[in-house]
This record gives sequence, C-alpha cells and structure tokens, in this order.
Amino acid sequence: MGFDVLKKTMGIERKINDFLDQVSEAGMLFGEGVEFYLNGRMDVFAQKLDAISEKEHQGDILRKTIDHELYTRTLIPESRGDVLRLMEDMDSLLDRFKGAMWRFEIERVDICADLHDDFLGLVSCVCKSVEAMISSSRAFFNDIEAVSDHMHKVSFWETESDKASTRLQRAIFSKKDIELSHRLQLRDFAVHIDRIADRAEDAADNLGIYVIKRSL
Amino acid sequence: MTVFFLMSGVFLGWSLGANDAANVFGTAVGTRMLRFRVAAVYCSIFIILGAMVSGGGAAHTLGKLGAINAIGGAFVVAMSAGISVYLMTLLHNPVSTSQAIVGAIIGWNLFSGNPTDYTSLTRIVITWVACPILSGIIAVILYVFITFMIRHTRINMFQQDSLTRSGLILAGIFGSYALGANNIANVMGVFIPVAPFPDVMLFGCIRFSSTQQLFFVGGIAIAAGVITYSRRVMMTVGRGIFELTPVAAFVVVTAQGLVLFIFASQRLSDLLVSHGLPAIPLVPVSSSQAIVGAVMGIAFLKGIRAIQWKTIGRIAAGWAVTPLIAAVICFVSLFFMQNVFEVQTYKPVACIQDTQGSGVHGSDVQGSGVHSSEVHGSEVHCSEVQGFNDQGLDSCAGRD
Repeated sequence: MGFDVLKKTMGIERKINDFLDQVSEAGMLFGEGVEFYLNGRMDVFAQKLDAISEKEHQGDILRKTIDHELYTRTLIPESRGDVLRLMEDMDSLLDRFKGAMWRFEIERVDICADLHDDFLGLVSCVCKSVEAMISSSRAFFNDIEAVSDHMHKVSFWETESDKASTRLQRAIFSKKDIELSHRLQLRDFAVHIDRIADRAEDAADNLGIYVIKRSL
Repeated sequence: MTVFFLMSGVFLGWSLGANDAANVFGTAVGTRMLRFRVAAVYCSIFIILGAMVSGGGAAHTLGKLGAINAIGGAFVVAMSAGISVYLMTLLHNPVSTSQAIVGAIIGWNLFSGNPTDYTSLTRIVITWVACPILSGIIAVILYVFITFMIRHTRINMFQQDSLTRSGLILAGIFGSYALGANNIANVMGVFIPVAPFPDVMLFGCIRFSSTQQLFFVGGIAIAAGVITYSRRVMMTVGRGIFELTPVAAFVVVTAQGLVLFIFASQRLSDLLVSHGLPAIPLVPVSSSQAIVGAVMGIAFLKGIRAIQWKTIGRIAAGWAVTPLIAAVICFVSLFFMQNVFEVQTYKPVACIQDTQGSGVHGSDVQGSGVHSSEVHGSEVHCSEVQGFNDQGLDSCAGRD
C-alpha cells in the first residue's frame, strides 16, 4: 500500500511537470512563431501554430487528468484547491499564447518593418514573465522557500512588458503613413500580447497567497 | 442468561468503537487524508486482530478481573459505562472509556458499600488534567521540530503528502491494534469466567480458545461501533476544535502515542531511575484526553483565534460529567437489578487475617479497585474483588 501511494505520488508529480513543460514550450513556440510571422515565413509560422495548438490540447488533457487524480486519490487535501487554481491559471496562459497565434493567423495584420523590434521586444518580455511564473510554480511543488526567488521576476518582466507595450503603442500612433484603423488594429495586437504578462502576474499574486497558506 | 449478560459487554464495545476510533483515525479523516470508509476498515481489522492476538496479555490479569464479584454487578458496570460513552458519542464528544468505567465502579462501590481509595482516585483525576497538558506540550515541540525539518529538507509537496499519509495510516493501524488489545479487557474481561463458548480447533491445528472467542465477539462489537457510529466523533477531533493540516494531524497522533508510552512504560521509568533521575508515575491516562490536548497544543501554537472554544467547552464538560453519569446510572441500575429483578450484584466477602504473618487476605477492603493499600504496614490481598476494578483503574494506562 505504501508503495502504491508512492507510485501515485510520482505519477502526479510527473504529470504536473509535463503540464508545466507544455506551458513553457508554448511560450517558446509563441516567440518563434511571431518572429517567423514578422519575417514573412508563413509556412514555418503555420507549423508553429499547429505545434502550439497541439501543446494546448495536451495541456488540457494533462490538466483534466491532474484534476481527476487529485480528487479521486484524495491527494494533498489541504492544498488541492490551490493547486487546481494554479493549474487553471497556467492553462489560461497556454490558451492565451495559442489565442494570440491564431489572431495573427486570422487577421494577418500588416506589421510595419520599423515596428518589428518593438514587437519582438514585447514578445520577449511576455515570454520571460511566463517562464518566471513557470519556475515559481515548480518551486511551489518542490521547494517552497525558493518561490519568492522566481516570483519577483514575474513582476519585473510584467513591468518591462508594460513599458514595451507603451513604447510600441506610442510608435504605432506616431506613424502618420498608415490608416487609423490599421493603427487601432496594431494597438490591439500589442495590448493582446501584453495581457499575457498581466495574466502571469495575476497568477503570481495568487501563488503568493497559496505560499502563505502553506507556510501557516 | 450468560449470553444476555454478555450483551452489556457487547454494548460497551460498540460504544467504545464509536467513540475511541476518533483517537486513532480522527485526525486522518478530519484532514481528509483518509476516507472514513478506508479508516473504518483499517481500524476494524486491527482492533479485532489486537483483541485476538494481544488481548490474551490482558487475560493474565483477568484473575483480578473477576473483581466485581457477581456477574450481575459486572453486567451493570459495563452497561453503565457503555451508556455514558454512548451519550457522549451522541453529542459528538471524544470521551474516555476509562473515565466511564471508573465512574461506574465508584457507583458499584457506593452501592455495595465497598470503600473507595480516595488517594488513588485523586491521583487518577489529576492525570485527567495533566495528560492533555503534557500531550499539548509534546505536540508543540514535535510540530516545531517537524516543520523545521520539512523546511530544511526541501521535500516535494507530493512526497510530503505521501509520507504524512503513510505515517497517519501506520499510526492509525498501531493505535487500532493497541485499542483492541488494551480495551478488550475492559469490554469483555469480566465475562471470561462465564464464557459460554467451548474451545474450537481451526483447520485441525489452531486452537481457538473460549477467551479468544469472547474477545473476538468483543472485537467485532468494537469494530461495529467504528463502522456504524464513529464518524461524527472523528470529525470533532479532526476538524471541530481546530482546522488541522495533515502534518499537524500526524504530529497530534504521534504526540498521543508518546504520552501513552511515557505513562505506561515501566522500562522507561526504570531507565530514568537507573540514571539517578526521578521515576515516571505510571498512571492510567486517556488517549481521548491525550489527543484533544495535542490538538489544542497545535491550535495554541498556530493562533488561538482559530480555536473553536465552544467545542472545547463541550468536550471539557463531557469529561467532567462522564464519570458522574456513569456512577449515577450504575448506582440506580444496581438498585433495580438487585431489588426489582432480584439478581445478585455483589457478594460480601470477609477479610481473613493471614495466620502466617503480616498479610491480610480478603476482599471487602478494596472494593474501589485501588490496590496496594497498606493497613498499618500489613499488606492487604484481596481474594476475589480486584479484577475489574484494577483493570479499570490501575491497569488501563494507554487505554481509553
């Protein structure tokens, strides 16, 4: 029986790690996908889009399995609710990466070359904030004392994302050679991407509360 | 008729199971580390095993267990204790079965005219206060140590969960085994001399003695109490006083075990004495009181604002009135038993001066079950009386 419990424990640990891997890889795919989009390599962009959709699908399956196992095997009863909410938060980040990629695919927005660096800078900050959130989540399971070491980075990169987004929006609206509708569309893209970092920061705030609850 | 008298033991067993399972699995179920059904199955199996395998140890003292020297009296004492425990179980209160038995025995003493040794009684009552306090202190020390270790070993959340769960299950299993082994004498001991079962050979090689069959019936009765009625007391212990974490739940069960061990271990006491330290007073302590004390210790450590004072008050009141209720029920029932149903509830036995010297043999002296009284330097032995009383008062360290 003891062995059985240990096996179950190792199984759920592995699944949570796999799930966080999916989120992390989705972030990397998103970064690469935007870069290929900006370079006009739509065939590779389509591959990245397929890959990120697959990650999202795998993430959903893993999250449902984790939910199911946590409840049916009555694991970590005192932290179960917090862990499930954390998984939901991370899943929503994965969804947002996929949503942003699909938005590029559907709207095929024309991004002026002089805005490319700003867009890439914004995407980089967003991906780093999500990556810091993933590290915080792993620490929550493995070494609760180390969570704060990662969590402050989420806030840092979220702030950097806000700055990059503001810079980009200024650049967009300072361009007089494009239509207002085009500018509004570009602004929406910038805001949409920046919201991923905002969501990561919200998840980090929630995680901070879970850490306090576990420390009590 | 004997089978009818046995029913009071079965009822006491059922009440004990309904109430005392909370001491071994209450915190595990209350913290949702273990489902009630699983806990009840583990608890029942190991209670029956404990009663069958190690209950025999208690049988060695069962010569004394005839103490209440008439089967009618034993019936009433067991029934009164059972009713008192049942009443407390109805209120979801964890209560000490030893307390109920002590109360019932005092009721029998009052009725039969046997004197009660107030020195020993006072000593026992003091432990009812000291035991929860000591248990609380041990729980606090253990909790601080374990949380320090968890913080510094950087253990994974799921591994910690797995270890805590295994610890709770193991502690529960050992606790259940001990509960069956120790309390079966309280439940069925008085019926050993009148056990109606013949010895049986199982598979031609395993002898299933009359006493074992009796203990098996008692074990089944305790298990039935666990399965049918223990859930609410478990929730009181596990969640009603203070919302425990699984680690705290494990600490509470361990602290309880340590307290019972400390007060019951002759070897530990001898070891201390051999090193020039004071001996441990080996007195009966209640696992119910130890577990509630440990929960309160953790609650005080983590912030008194979260303590359910109403529940604490209810439990403390239950502890205070349980012996009284048992004594009153026993006294009144004995009256009816003797005067209405005309069943003999005690036999007056005269003391006989030992012609060989200082010893005095007889049993009318010690009705309270408190032995080792010395009468002007002369040792007093009781030929018939002491059994049930001794079991209830002096030999039930670690029981409840």
